[in-house]
Amino acid sequence: MTWIATRLRRLAPQLIALALVVVAITLIAPGFAHVTFQNGRLYGSPMDVLVRAAPVALLSIGMTLVIATKGIDLSVGATIAITGAVAASMVAAGHPLAVVILAALGVGLLCGVWNGLLVGLIDIQPIIATLILMVAGRGIAQLITEGVILTFNRPAFAFLGSGAFLGVPMPVILWVLTGLAIGLLVRVSALGLLIEAVGINRRASMMIGIRARFLIVFVYAAAGLCAAIAGLIVTADIKGADANNAGLWLELDAILAVVIGGTALSGGRFSISASLIGALIIQALNTGILISGWPPEFNLIIKAVVIIVILALQSPVVANSLAAAARVRADLKEPRRSRT
Amino acid sequence: MFRTVAAAGAAALLATFAGTVSASALTVGFSQIGSESGWRAAETTVTQQQAKDRGVDLKFADAQQKQENQIKAVRGFIAQGVDAILIAPVVATGWDAVLKEAQEADIPVILLDRQIDAPDDLYLTAVTSDQVHEGKVAGDWLVGAVGDQECKVMELQGTTGSSPAINRKKGFEEAIAGHPNITIARSQTGDFTRTKGKEVMESFIKAENGGKDICAVYAHNDDMAVGAIQAMKEAGLKPGSDIKVVSIDAVPDIFLAMENGEANATVELTPNMAGPAFDALEAYLKDGTVPPKWIQTESKLYTASDDPKAVYESKKDLGY
Repeated sequence: MTWIATRLRRLAPQLIALALVVVAITLIAPGFAHVTFQNGRLYGSPMDVLVRAAPVALLSIGMTLVIATKGIDLSVGATIAITGAVAASMVAAGHPLAVVILAALGVGLLCGVWNGLLVGLIDIQPIIATLILMVAGRGIAQLITEGVILTFNRPAFAFLGSGAFLGVPMPVILWVLTGLAIGLLVRVSALGLLIEAVGINRRASMMIGIRARFLIVFVYAAAGLCAAIAGLIVTADIKGADANNAGLWLELDAILAVVIGGTALSGGRFSISASLIGALIIQALNTGILISGWPPEFNLIIKAVVIIVILALQSPVVANSLAAAARVRADLKEPRRSRT
Repeated sequence: MFRTVAAAGAAALLATFAGTVSASALTVGFSQIGSESGWRAAETTVTQQQAKDRGVDLKFADAQQKQENQIKAVRGFIAQGVDAILIAPVVATGWDAVLKEAQEADIPVILLDRQIDAPDDLYLTAVTSDQVHEGKVAGDWLVGAVGDQECKVMELQGTTGSSPAINRKKGFEEAIAGHPNITIARSQTGDFTRTKGKEVMESFIKAENGGKDICAVYAHNDDMAVGAIQAMKEAGLKPGSDIKVVSIDAVPDIFLAMENGEANATVELTPNMAGPAFDALEAYLKDGTVPPKWIQTESKLYTASDDPKAVYESKKDLGY
């Protein structure tokens, strides 16, 4: 019981923000919260939010671990493009589905390990180390697709993007399962605690015998793997690999999701579930704007304003001054002696 | 991309060889922006084909999206003493100096695909499409297709603020202006991509009574239309018959959709800017015929009756 209470208190700001965003959208577009069952699946705008959140949600899982070690991974958007290109070219060439998926996941893992080695072993600053793949990755993806949108027709693979299992769309199943698997892995074992230790003070953690280098390679590899799953979903969704646009700027949304989730960019304590709720908040905003009928010129402004408000409410400075203001008001009503 | 570069290299080699055989053949330098989109790659391929068909020795330079590379390439062409220069300018400004150098060397310059901010006596002519006209052709098709029927249109705009998005929206609105039965009910940006086109369409379907109220989709490019078609199919709707789909660009994939009856019409942004340019150049060099300062390419409308399969076959190897 106390465990649930603690979890809820940790997730409270994110859950409240999500609820407020959903309520606001429902006020603007009354049909928003409507979910029905049709064509053998759950159908409605809330499902759109859950499905479309998949790429950012998956990226934010890996990004949370990376940020917890005081790192950052700018390359995950490009990794989506690479893995998508690999998957699409192999599907088009007629390879079996299992081989395609394993190859894409393998390539994603490789991208992650590359970043991990640059950061963990060679000690390059994470923002620079991952910038390399961010810039080069899209070029690699374009070489694989030869600069065209590589399309294919393989319903079994497209199922990953637009299919449904027991009424739940596949992308949702994939991000929830990945979140659960990685969340359990780091929390049931001591892995999560060790990652936090590395993030808070790498030298101290190494001195007490934590293998920080290994953990850093591990978190970037996890980020690469998550990006590969996102790449599979994005590619299956449009039945094609668009090397120019697949995953473009999604690394920034993923970082934002982690920040909304309350994990500090300075490393240390992290929460994967809070990051996932952060991803849902971002996507709820996107879908809400689309369904509101407002002109597209407002899209980014609305998103920015809402996110500033959410982040400001989480800021300790704002929280302290709100508390101070409340105290002043209480004092005005009933002056304390100490104030005179 | 690699294929295009290889093809360019091969074509250049062939052209050089041909040039030594017939000394009278024209030598033309072509400074291309790069290969940032499928259309751009197709433009390069078509330009090389056109040059080959006319026996023109084409010297090709890829600027990789940088104006400084283009200026360098143009200076190189001037030094080589080419007969004419084609430029697909990456930006509108900063061309005056290098164009003056070309003029002093008496080498005519033709702009392809984009206009520039420079005195128009510095270049022979510019061959471009009219984006407002493209939108208008799409709108006119829809006006003809729906007749007097009430029609709620969903518009998928290009990247907010980009000139094709602004102009293609304007042209379409001009076309439907006199027809109160046709209204743009919703308009959002799909960033010219399939993924965003699909996502936006999914939301439109939900907002418009499960798509039952939607009469037509107008997408500023074919890629967004392809995404929207997928969204409609997954929602159990029939694009092409229940909901009309009209878009712009005429990339190969939209012809596959048309072949399957899922798209109705597309307006071509032709990759053949070089054809009209070579025509103008040949006439100018032959008897000094000065072309108009702007040669507008044809914005051809393709529908299901134009044998989409054959068009697809003819376009699929252009590098789109």
